[in-house]
Amino acid sequence: MNTDAKPLAIHDLTVAYQDKPVLWDIDLSVPSGVLAAIVGPNGAGKSTLIKATLGLMPIAAGTIQMFGQTYAKARQMVGYVPQRSSVDWDFPTNALDVVLMGTYGQLGWIKRPSKADREWALHCLEQVAMADFAQRQISQLSGGQQQRVFLARALAQRAQLYLMDEPFVGVDAVTERAIISLLQQLRSDGKTVICVHHDLDSAPEYFDWVALLNVRMIAAGPMKTTWTPENISQTYGGRTQNLIRGAA
Amino acid sequence: MSLFDLFSDYTLRNVALGAMVLGIVSGILGCFAVLRRQGLLGDALSHAALPGIAIAYLLTGSKAPIVLLLGAGIAGWVGTLTINRIVRDTRISEDSALGIVLSVFFGVGILLLTYIAKRNDANQAGLDRFLFGQAATLVATDVLTMSILGGLALGCLVLLYKEFKLLAFDPAFAASLGFAPNRLGILLTSLIVVAIVIGLQTVGVVLMAAMLVGPAVAARQWTHRLSVMLLLSGVFGAAAGIAGTMLSLGQQHVPTGPMIILSLTAIVAISLLFAPARGLVWAKLRQSHALNHEPRNREAQPVKGE
Repeated sequence: MNTDAKPLAIHDLTVAYQDKPVLWDIDLSVPSGVLAAIVGPNGAGKSTLIKATLGLMPIAAGTIQMFGQTYAKARQMVGYVPQRSSVDWDFPTNALDVVLMGTYGQLGWIKRPSKADREWALHCLEQVAMADFAQRQISQLSGGQQQRVFLARALAQRAQLYLMDEPFVGVDAVTERAIISLLQQLRSDGKTVICVHHDLDSAPEYFDWVALLNVRMIAAGPMKTTWTPENISQTYGGRTQNLIRGAA
Repeated sequence: MSLFDLFSDYTLRNVALGAMVLGIVSGILGCFAVLRRQGLLGDALSHAALPGIAIAYLLTGSKAPIVLLLGAGIAGWVGTLTINRIVRDTRISEDSALGIVLSVFFGVGILLLTYIAKRNDANQAGLDRFLFGQAATLVATDVLTMSILGGLALGCLVLLYKEFKLLAFDPAFAASLGFAPNRLGILLTSLIVVAIVIGLQTVGVVLMAAMLVGPAVAARQWTHRLSVMLLLSGVFGAAAGIAGTMLSLGQQHVPTGPMIILSLTAIVAISLLFAPARGLVWAKLRQSHALNHEPRNREAQPVKGE
């Protein structure tokens, strides 16, 4: 592993649905060890940026590198938390089993999780204060608990870089605090976290790095210097004066 | 007719064994179709198999089951790829793509069967048995073929159980881990085509979809665990197969395929109504209980840890 290489470096990325561009000529370079937020209005392409990064959708142009490698090679170093609403929570399985899925990438094809993997998955559930719910059918968990199960699954991936799609959406206060302390724990362990986030109030409080996106990359850098009223209003088309109390 | 007859009489035994093998294989594989919300897939693919049977006969002039079923399998598989391409390359949604493939392939199949019937070819009689199945024609080698095909399909499923589970629950996460969900999906669908091929002689193309969906829907009502759901679904499929055989061969001239489907329907109905956690009857009872004991409503208790 090239330790100098940035956890995520995107160059000239363009992504289109049919013939409509959703991301246009994106350049983004996220340094190691930050908690980064991707912020922008609805339809800005925030989730698309995450999905394109993970190879989940075709890109029209550009390059994406993680730790100086393509995603196919850097896969083992990257953890992913999809939007909670992207799966059917009535699926017949329990919380521990979902977390175990985080170990599948390192297991590879055909090989089954071992007892050690199950213990590791349980440990990951403990990290999000969900160990008591390990055997609980996932449809019987609250929305916040489901979100924490998804976070535990990403932890089980033992990654260096975590990509999270709206982890704070629709969660209760307990879960929100659990996620924040987990993110801070990850940062102090030297990991890099990139979250799609759409709450302007909490963004400067939770994150220390920000990318402001609206189809194009408006601005990206440390929260202190990047979170300015000019940048935010440029991202949101100048219609959100009352939403940017936290701006420097 | 008794259970003893079922296992002592040669014809009955073959029919019952064939129906049981079909029930196990389609019950287990059908779970994944249901969990991936592709209940219609089995219907489309079994209808798509019909032209394959007709073309196989036209090309070879043979009515050997292995030849016809190979044709059915190939046609079902072409149907799979066609659905995949339509969804990927056009803006047509999956349910519409299934509908298109179902009706076009089935229409072509009926057309070819009519053409074959009009050729005044004495040998052709009986091809239409694949429409509704004719379990009584099953012989020992058919049952053996069904068992080998079904065993291979289930072996594949056991090997890739972890991958198929992940694909069914969270295909995007599967893709992010590098498990190629498109190819896994095509493989899973191909296994379902195998199950359909196994069922064509017994229940036919029209009723086959029920063998894939019915046991899975019933099994889901009784358990919250995928592994248990797969086993239960296989058991329900087998039970419907054996019960249908006994009911049809006990009376005079009642067709086996439809009796298997009716037995299965009974299992589904009982499961939907009476399964402990999800049964509609218990849900109603709990509801009225909750209304009568308003202050001690269990739903209102906070979930531990929240």
